[in-house]
Amino acid sequence: MSSQGKILLKGNEVMSEAAIQAGCRFFAGYPITPQNEVPEYMSKRMPQVGGTFIQAESEIAAINMIFGASAAGARCMTSSSSPGISLKQEGISYIAAAQLPCVIANMQRGGPGLGNIRASQADYFQAVKGGGHGDYRLIVFAPSTLPELYKLTMNAFDYADYYRNPVMILGDGILGQMAEPVEILPYEPIVELPEKDFVLDGCKGRKPRVLKTLFLRPSMALVRHNDLLQASYKKITAELKLHEETETDDAELVIAAYGITARIAKGAVKIARQNGMKVGLIRPITLWPFPDEPFKRAARTADRFLVVEMSGGQFIEDVKLASECKKPVEFLGSGGGWYPTPDNIFEKIQTIYETEALVD
Amino acid sequence: MEFKRPTALLDACTHYCGGCGHGIVHRLVAEVIDELGIRQRTIGTAPVGCAVLLYDYFNCDIIECAHGRPPAVATGMKRVLPDRIIFTYQGDGDLAAIGTSETIHAANRGENITTIFINNAIYGMTGGQMAPTTMIGQRTTTTQDGRDITSEGPPIKVCELLSSLDGVAYLQRVAVSTAKDVIKAKKAIKKAFVNQIEGRGYSLVEVLSMCPTDWKLTPKQAVDFVNNEMKKVFPLGVYKDKK
Ligand SMILES: Cc1ncc(C[n+]2csc(CCOP(=O)(O)OP(=O)(O)O)c2C)c(N)n1
Ligand code: SF4
Repeated sequence: MSSQGKILLKGNEVMSEAAIQAGCRFFAGYPITPQNEVPEYMSKRMPQVGGTFIQAESEIAAINMIFGASAAGARCMTSSSSPGISLKQEGISYIAAAQLPCVIANMQRGGPGLGNIRASQADYFQAVKGGGHGDYRLIVFAPSTLPELYKLTMNAFDYADYYRNPVMILGDGILGQMAEPVEILPYEPIVELPEKDFVLDGCKGRKPRVLKTLFLRPSMALVRHNDLLQASYKKITAELKLHEETETDDAELVIAAYGITARIAKGAVKIARQNGMKVGLIRPITLWPFPDEPFKRAARTADRFLVVEMSGGQFIEDVKLASECKKPVEFLGSGGGWYPTPDNIFEKIQTIYETEALVD
Repeated sequence: MEFKRPTALLDACTHYCGGCGHGIVHRLVAEVIDELGIRQRTIGTAPVGCAVLLYDYFNCDIIECAHGRPPAVATGMKRVLPDRIIFTYQGDGDLAAIGTSETIHAANRGENITTIFINNAIYGMTGGQMAPTTMIGQRTTTTQDGRDITSEGPPIKVCELLSSLDGVAYLQRVAVSTAKDVIKAKKAIKKAFVNQIEGRGYSLVEVLSMCPTDWKLTPKQAVDFVNNEMKKVFPLGVYKDKK
């Protein structure tokens, strides 16, 4: 199939168009900056493709509409930003428990509380470690450019269907607001999509189906259900870790960053290399499952890690776990609207080189 | 007339207490589903409350929702499957406390769904705490000296509240505390489903229903409580019937 050529779109619009291309036909959301372009775009596009757009009365209602739409068999999506994602946590837990596919986007902004509307990566724990109640996992994608946002959004629908698990696109205000030329490539499923044998569409020609998350009887029913969920998470962990490495082969210092921060860090790697410093970058593309192997490898070959993130230090915990704390992990980050430039990161690299005397 | 179990009900013994109104309303809903021949295209939503185990009793597709969220879940389902029949079955805590927002907005959007609202003036499942519909002076485990209007406010009258919304198609309050009431309740429930089949929009039937256990009354006293106390505060009747 031929592509429709490159067009200049904002990140929020890129993600929305990718969803439409991937066959998303139900969107519910509630306005919040910096993701307002998503509901705005969807309100215009959904009717054009015969889909449904609903401006919900709250993020709680929106995520529950997704619960219903997914149960009814639609490819569906909701998006929000940090405070709104907090409100969605109840629904996310139910959706994960019922093993319903859907895509949830968080264009993160500053927190805690109302925070501000600048970009942030402070919802890492919420996205990756839980957020809602109970033992569940979200598949979390962290795109770092708009073409990647386009591709991963499409993939998110496939993985959600394939694993019957909600997928979160963890972006941020910069990714959502920036504009870049993006090629609107046609959708091709990247996995063989299973039949949706859970859909509630009336019991014509079959036995009635029940979608539920309450398991009272027999007494071990919930344990069994949780074991089932864990088995699914194990499968996902074994199959879906994605990452990108830049110049890590001979690196003495390995930067770890994800999303937009990784894109900025790539610039710092370039500057460092121009200055004769052996610096590389590991960029997780999936934050859950976390790609631990590259960090294990780097812990053997490099001297030190440098984590860069737009938070007070959340992602760093997974880097330490993955690298088994075998090498020191430096940190550059802050919450609430701070973002790094390649020069900032390069300065930090210089400081590390000066004070820690990295040697081969 | 032969008295049989409706096809829309499973052959199961319910967990409801003796004298509880839920069982009667289940039967009425099932009879209506049978009479309209819609069982195989009906999807019910189970609330969080005493009726959470709805799916053990109804012989149709059921989705169990988070507390108060059935109107939003039903909205998602109905928009995806507009030719299916979607009903919510909700208690007063579910519909008029934690789910007030979802209720008002689904109603105001005129979602083409049917809501069966069980008003038993108390939280049944959690053991008898105050509901938004608990009446002034009514004792519950969280209003042990009786609901006090100065601190808890008066009971919320759902039909009256929703009647101001232009998007709503049909509102009726009924009871299941006398044989006559049961017959009227069934008619109202049937109309609420027919409205959906005909695409008229949001229809809600509020049912004054007995909860002898948490009212700490015998089944007979509970029936009297509905007839003598509840009907005074919650007058029966049609609150809206949009032509
Ligand atoms: C978010 C959340 N809060 C509280 C509860 C606990 N809870 C379960 S049922 C219920 C009240 C049910 O009362 P009602 O809706 O009136 O239904 P009834 O049991 O009387 O039929 C509550 C508060 C819950 N399950 N979820
Ligand atoms: S507690 Fe009340 S509402 Fe619940 S089953 Fe018993 S009588 Fe019915």
